[in-house]
Amino acid sequence: MSFLPYALAGWIFVVGLYGVVSSRNLIHLALCLTVMQSGTYVLLLAIGYRNGTTAPIFRPSRHPAVDPVVQALTLTDIVVSVTVIALILALALGAHKESGSVNPEEIADFTG
Amino acid sequence: MIPLQVVSIVLVGAGALAVVLQRDPLRQAIVNSVYALLLVVLFMIYQAPDVALSMLVVGSIAYPLVLMVAIMRVRDRGEETTDRTGR
Amino acid sequence: MTPRARMVGFLFAGAGFAALMFWGLVGLPDFGHYHWPYGNALNAIATPERHTTNVVGATVFDYRGLDTLGEEFILFASVVGVALLLRKDDQARVPPDVVRSDPIRALGVLGVLLLFVLGLWVVAFGIVTPGGGFQGGVALAGAFLLVYVVGGYRQYHELLPHSPLEMTEAAGAGAFAVLGFVGLAYAGAYLGNFLGIGNAGSLYSGGSIPLLNWATGIEVCAALLVLFSEFLKVYMVPAAEWTPEKGPR
Repeated sequence: MSFLPYALAGWIFVVGLYGVVSSRNLIHLALCLTVMQSGTYVLLLAIGYRNGTTAPIFRPSRHPAVDPVVQALTLTDIVVSVTVIALILALALGAHKESGSVNPEEIADFTG
Repeated sequence: MIPLQVVSIVLVGAGALAVVLQRDPLRQAIVNSVYALLLVVLFMIYQAPDVALSMLVVGSIAYPLVLMVAIMRVRDRGEETTDRTGR
Repeated sequence: MTPRARMVGFLFAGAGFAALMFWGLVGLPDFGHYHWPYGNALNAIATPERHTTNVVGATVFDYRGLDTLGEEFILFASVVGVALLLRKDDQARVPPDVVRSDPIRALGVLGVLLLFVLGLWVVAFGIVTPGGGFQGGVALAGAFLLVYVVGGYRQYHELLPHSPLEMTEAAGAGAFAVLGFVGLAYAGAYLGNFLGIGNAGSLYSGGSIPLLNWATGIEVCAALLVLFSEFLKVYMVPAAEWTPEKGPR
């Protein structure tokens, strides 16, 4: 049972990968990429957790706490990934404008 | 592991599957916001309030913003955003 | 490659990948038994050294400040990429843009005020309690977007025109880099501290970390608003070209 948090991270990643592979819509594909990213956040936080301790906010005094480094990496990544997804969606809009479809298979067949 | 951790882990796993299985982008954006809320609960259980706050504002403000404007621009050109089978 | 062939290929590759991943994850220590020294060291020295009670905030802006500099410029580069990719699209219809519902306007004004104050509070107290520039910046952007919900695109565009918004975003990103150089000049290390560190638990604490915090908050807020404007600027009809069939002003 103590393997469950790591299994969750693996499960989310594989589920997102299945979504990317079987997607028929570029916007749906971008959201499945975000699901894959959330799997990495879950893994990072599960590594930093320590039993019986609480958050690394030391008000009013110091106490045993979980690892702050993985939290620092994760929280900047969550906000920055929004703009990266916006860039991917802008590319999808450009492809839609050129070929008239958001289906990756139809765009792949489009020439000209 | 306490039951609260197990329940929230199972819910997040089910939420990820729900986001992927929903093919219509507009509905998927709503399901993604619900999935972000489930992740907020999981991050609080992992004793990470900064990360939970970050996921909360991003999942309720930033992701719907970016997705809705992209879907609107695709739709307003008069094209469909789902494929012809509607799945 | 047909979709069925792709799915069969994914079943084999995905199964192999999942097996390898689970084999790797099994090798991690048990969940909850954290024993690496880096986290313990940071928890021990962050509050005495920088007088911030939020150790995660001190890690983001001081101990791992170079990573945050990189993330800021990822954000900046993505917004520049979106601005380059999206040009004016002549085929789109202009949607009707008049907000007629009184409850939306009333509650929306209340929402704008509350979210604006909340966003400022989250950014300002990011060194004391959970929060910081990244979270508060998104909340501030949400407050300005509620102006769009209440008043339509025209009022939003009059409040936040496009060029000053882009300059604000660039100023936020540049301020982070410049503050690093000031730290280099005063303290001998890039992003080093150059102000007094104050009292832990109050707003005056952390040295130069609050300045970096505000630079980040301004940049994140402006970046999201620039993204919104880029996706929507096709709908802004110039006054010289406006005719009644193009929709309400």
